[in-house]
Amino acid sequence: MPDALTLTWRQYRLERRMFWRNPSAAFFNFLLPLLFLGFFGAILHGKQADLDRLVPGIAGMSVMATTFTALAYNIVFLRESGVLKRIRGTPLPTISYFGGVAANAVTNAGLQIAIIIVAGRVFFGIGWPVHWGELVVFVTCGVVCFAALGVAFAHVIPNFESTPAYVNAVFLPVIFVSGVFYDIKNVPTFLRTVAEALPLKPLIDGLSGAMVTGVGLSANLDALAVIGLWGAFGLYFAVRGFSWEQSRT
Amino acid sequence: MSAAAPAIEVRDLHKSYGEYEAVRGIDITVERGEVFGLLGPNGAGKTTTVEILEGYRERTSGEVSVLGHDPAERSIELRRRIGIVLQSGGIYGHITPREALRHWASFYPHPRDVEEVLALAGLMEKADVASRKLSGGQLRRLDFALALVGDAELIFLDEPTTGFDPAARHAAWETVSSLRDLGKTILLTTHYLDEAQELADRVAIVKDGRVLAIGPPRELGAGAASYRVSYRDASGRLIERETEDPTTLLHQLTGEALQSGERLKELSVGRPTLEDVYLELTADA
Repeated sequence: MPDALTLTWRQYRLERRMFWRNPSAAFFNFLLPLLFLGFFGAILHGKQADLDRLVPGIAGMSVMATTFTALAYNIVFLRESGVLKRIRGTPLPTISYFGGVAANAVTNAGLQIAIIIVAGRVFFGIGWPVHWGELVVFVTCGVVCFAALGVAFAHVIPNFESTPAYVNAVFLPVIFVSGVFYDIKNVPTFLRTVAEALPLKPLIDGLSGAMVTGVGLSANLDALAVIGLWGAFGLYFAVRGFSWEQSRT
Repeated sequence: MSAAAPAIEVRDLHKSYGEYEAVRGIDITVERGEVFGLLGPNGAGKTTTVEILEGYRERTSGEVSVLGHDPAERSIELRRRIGIVLQSGGIYGHITPREALRHWASFYPHPRDVEEVLALAGLMEKADVASRKLSGGQLRRLDFALALVGDAELIFLDEPTTGFDPAARHAAWETVSSLRDLGKTILLTTHYLDEAQELADRVAIVKDGRVLAIGPPRELGAGAASYRVSYRDASGRLIERETEDPTTLLHQLTGEALQSGERLKELSVGRPTLEDVYLELTADA
């Protein structure tokens, strides 16, 4: 008898296989943040203070791209093409389905963080992370938060054609305002306040503490609280508003 | 639950979408091993009814039992025993039919052999081709295959051959017949008369959310009172006469013809077909 855990594993294996067979998804969700790291790393070569900011910023962006962006795209596509409806008619437990899908996103996030850490050590003059425990806490919370927000956001997107517009309307402003590419101290106060209230900036703060500056978890609890609030908000709407099929209009 | 309990029982089913009443009091019983057809024009409420039975929609009122379960509870136990061919269900584009079937088979306690299902659905040659490269007809065969791989007792087919060319339709009909031979219960919706006539043991004609007639396709035709006698007269004009007593009418006609030396070309006696009944019942008043 297939149990829920085995089926979660099988769904995860299928998701992994499909991920690498879909070049555009692999590019946008996986390679793009790494390319940005390469470009900006080259531009900022020799400016250690800038590099120290860039690497955790890219790590935060990677978490958002592999979870929020990837899941919003996937869920809308599967919903609009009728795959979700078909799956809903099978005995695959809902928890196994989402477990497999989420584990796939987590794997991508984990792989990227690992690559970014190694690149930071080898190319950008940043040592190994100072606080591994803090790193794990922030990556985990960030992944859960952005994955939930991605699934919740899928509900807002009316059809697949408009998905890039919706997703980028959120993704691009958030990564710019959150100081992935520049020092956020140089931006106007009100924008900084907005950034502090969104989940990416707190995630980058935490990652920066863990990877570069050595600011500990206890000093970053407010950042963790913001991520937690967004995560709770995302989870509530991900479950509440979830739609398995195209709306009938 | 005894083995003789019907596969599906529906009593006074209603479903409203806001102001609009899609289903307005449907009663049907589908026996085990039966192929039951819901026949009706587009918008008659067929798909709504089937999707309530499949567990996709919640009914507004009425009683529904599918293999002894209330489908609205969406129990995994029930979903292990049913197979669903949706009107338009998507499939992952980046995996092959064989991979999809293997994955689907893992959901079920006693799945059928994947190779056997590929052969039954006529997908052997395309078994290792990415699904996004399959034609519409091949994707529809994959729909069938995915619904069969769990070895379900009860199979729902929502307009299974819409958009098929004649050869593909006959292939699909053969698949359905082979499922009947395996003792499966099948509920199918269609707006094709010939499909209902060919496949269904019993048919319910549905319009505006109500059942207008129910019975075996042949008896539905025969249930109507009159026979139709037609022939061409001496001038070649086609004469059609309706009668409840064809014997007397034929005796009279042939007697007159013999006397006058007429031939009664193209003489035929017909019962109303399912088509006649369907058109009469579903005609807009």
